Amino acid sequence: MSQEQKFCTFIVDQYFFGIEISRVQEVIRYQEMTDVPLAHPVIRGLINLRGQIVTTLDLRRRLGFPPLKAGRFPMNVVIRAEDGPLSLLVDEISDVMDVSEDWFENPPENLNGETRAMIHHVCKLKDRLLLILDVEQLLNLEVAKT
Amino acid sequence: MDGMDEIIKEFLIESTENLDKLDRDFVALEKNPKDKELLSSIFRVVHTIKGTCGFLGFQKLESVAHAGENILGKLRDGQLAMNESRTNALLALVDALRKMLVEIEKTGKDEKGNYDRLISTLTLLSEVNDSVKTTVVPALEEASETANRTGESAGVSETAIRVDVSLLDRLMNLVGELVLARNQILQFSTAQEGAGLGSAPQRLSWITSELQEGIMKTRMQPIGNVWGKFPRVVRDLEAACGKKIRLEMEGKETELDKTVIEAIKDPLTHIVRNSVDHGIESPEKRREAGKNEEGLLSLKAYHEGGQVHIEITDDGGGISPEKIRDKALSKGLISPEVARQMSERDLLNLIFLPGFSTAEKVTHISGRGVGMDVVKFNIESINGVIDIQSKPGLGTTLKIKIPLTLAIIPALMVSSQNNRYAIPQINLLELVRLEGVKVQTEIQLVHGAPIYQLRGHLLPLIFLNQELEVSNSLDTVHNSLNIVVLKAGDHQFGLVVDEVNDTQEIVVKPLHQILRHVDAFAGATILGDGSVALILNVMGLVKKAHLISANLEQAKIEKAPVIEIDTRDKQMLLLVKAGYTDHMAVPMKQLERIEKLDGSLVEKAGDHDVIQYRGKIMPLIHIGSVLPERRKKPRQIVEPSVYENKALIYAAVYTKNGRSIGFVVDRVYDVVEVIVEIKDVIRREGVLGTTVIQGNVTEILDVDWILKLAPPGFFDSAVA
Repeated sequence: MSQEQKFCTFIVDQYFFGIEISRVQEVIRYQEMTDVPLAHPVIRGLINLRGQIVTTLDLRRRLGFPPLKAGRFPMNVVIRAEDGPLSLLVDEISDVMDVSEDWFENPPENLNGETRAMIHHVCKLKDRLLLILDVEQLLNLEVAKT
Repeated sequence: MDGMDEIIKEFLIESTENLDKLDRDFVALEKNPKDKELLSSIFRVVHTIKGTCGFLGFQKLESVAHAGENILGKLRDGQLAMNESRTNALLALVDALRKMLVEIEKTGKDEKGNYDRLISTLTLLSEVNDSVKTTVVPALEEASETANRTGESAGVSETAIRVDVSLLDRLMNLVGELVLARNQILQFSTAQEGAGLGSAPQRLSWITSELQEGIMKTRMQPIGNVWGKFPRVVRDLEAACGKKIRLEMEGKETELDKTVIEAIKDPLTHIVRNSVDHGIESPEKRREAGKNEEGLLSLKAYHEGGQVHIEITDDGGGISPEKIRDKALSKGLISPEVARQMSERDLLNLIFLPGFSTAEKVTHISGRGVGMDVVKFNIESINGVIDIQSKPGLGTTLKIKIPLTLAIIPALMVSSQNNRYAIPQINLLELVRLEGVKVQTEIQLVHGAPIYQLRGHLLPLIFLNQELEVSNSLDTVHNSLNIVVLKAGDHQFGLVVDEVNDTQEIVVKPLHQILRHVDAFAGATILGDGSVALILNVMGLVKKAHLISANLEQAKIEKAPVIEIDTRDKQMLLLVKAGYTDHMAVPMKQLERIEKLDGSLVEKAGDHDVIQYRGKIMPLIHIGSVLPERRKKPRQIVEPSVYENKALIYAAVYTKNGRSIGFVVDRVYDVVEVIVEIKDVIRREGVLGTTVIQGNVTEILDVDWILKLAPPGFFDSAVA
């Protein structure tokens, strides 16, 4: 018996990523952001989510990709975190997918250390790879600094 | 009578609620009779009821509660064990207390009813001997019977309701959303005139504003609401203890969030009672100690650094750290090894341990070992901090800091690089705008740090853009300068911003923990147009700008070191420019002469620059280069090679034991004879202090400090 899990999937750069659906609070389109000077470079700003102030993290920067082309705006994947919601900025939102645990594989060895730590599993889909992100590692900016 | 009624009403609501909680606690206790925490919490409730009715004058209620407290105290300390008869008797106690509360609510008195048997049962059961079971039953019946007749009429404790704060939070967020929707509709209706909406948008607008204000108001209360009952509390205690006390209150209007007010009410009452009972001495003792017979108890509240500060100070006998240590040791709260390593401050803080009491005798007001641990617990539960400072013989101060989270504060909005920031108005002193040439002339660099003279005060300036690292505005030329004069702790400084906008009431929202390490911000808020603005943490900015160096802070604690300049007499000062310090004064009495020397003759000898002077070799020290930079990023250091290009250098010559050393300065302005008045704003190593001479901010050089830089042993022996 294999277990199926649901993942919220999205695209960053040309890669296909997924986050466990239970961690995702909602998905919203681009919002104006307020800069936070002096903060970690991965932190892009603050948005107003129906009266709640939510900090946004740039997944491109977090995963070491080049910035999004000018004129294109990222989407917000709002996730539940320990101290309240946080938003991950992604290029494009894709579907919610059912994935069987059987398809999980360890991330490839040739990924560099930090990025590898953030990827929990790799799933071989029919036409492409789904990279399942480890949210805790993603939010662990202390490590990212060093 | 009005104030009294208010107190009684509050007492009734609170006690009724607490008793309901006791019912649950007792049931839980039956399952787990050894639960210390539960026993402590039950004890506290009964203790509070006893204490409160003690000064409200309900003697019968007090004596019943007192009997209960005795047995609970022993249970808590493990001298007695819970058993069925004790549980029954305690439940009967709760019933009896409840009945008496109802009676007080109806008649204002507690005289009806006879509780002697309950009291005697409780007293019997509080004896360590367990052979008293038989007497329990009749007493219990009596109490239960009386309890049955209660609870018929709806009284004051039922007309007030409590609302969950999280519900208020949700309402506030929703109102915020409503405000945004309203703004959009208003925009739409003005753009589409004659859309048939009539006056509806205006009414919507008005209702929304009212609603917003109302919801905000539900959360805020001035601290005076809590303090209001203290004069009475103090007066009654005064009479009970035979003391004379004057109560002073400052900052009554300081507004606190509802949750915060609730949480500090009991701790504050405890502290005030403790101060009166234990802190302030009897008039006789005070007279002996040479103090005013009338003791002073002062309460102070203010907003600072995004927090609410409350200080309770008495000028009583203070607390002796040794006494606390001995007590803690005898109670086994700390081990002798630990005690030996504890600082005075640590020792003082031992009074916050559960079960600690330094009172020699237990009085009915305080001193049962509850109080300070409860105080600390309650304050920490709202993320507050409590600290105690005490000087034996002089008095005690308790400082409470409570975070401002969720509070609504007035704030000044400023802009920096097109981003808006809120500055809590509590930090704001005034606004200054400099235009045109004044920007150049009125701001002086003192060792690279910009200073503005505000009515004779030296005001260090911080550039917001630079501190936030969004641009280096120090290097750009300004046509005008907006200075926001701020206060943080004992420091005043000017914050230079791009633009000053309006003032607003803002709702402080905490930042996610992922951002909490950024000291420069205290939180964030949502503005009227729906965008987010960061709230500046003024204290954090000061720290970031290194306005307060660790040394300076230390120096302050040690009460300003003695400055070795005789401030009364006139003295001769050499005014010079040295490196990035535009104006520096060197005390002449330490100098022999000023020399013009040929820069091209400067030679290197090891690490030192030297020059041949009157047939001897004289080391040179370039003052501008050796003074430590106050700024974080020193600008280009002046290389020793400065001498090479200069035909002429100025050196102030210092001579001791026949050997001379030259202090090289960049320019000599003048020699003046003045009375030096140190204005100690920016102090750093190598500088004795700062003053104003001829209208210029001038630092006074610490010659002794500079001499330490001479080659080792240079002055030790006279030249043969």
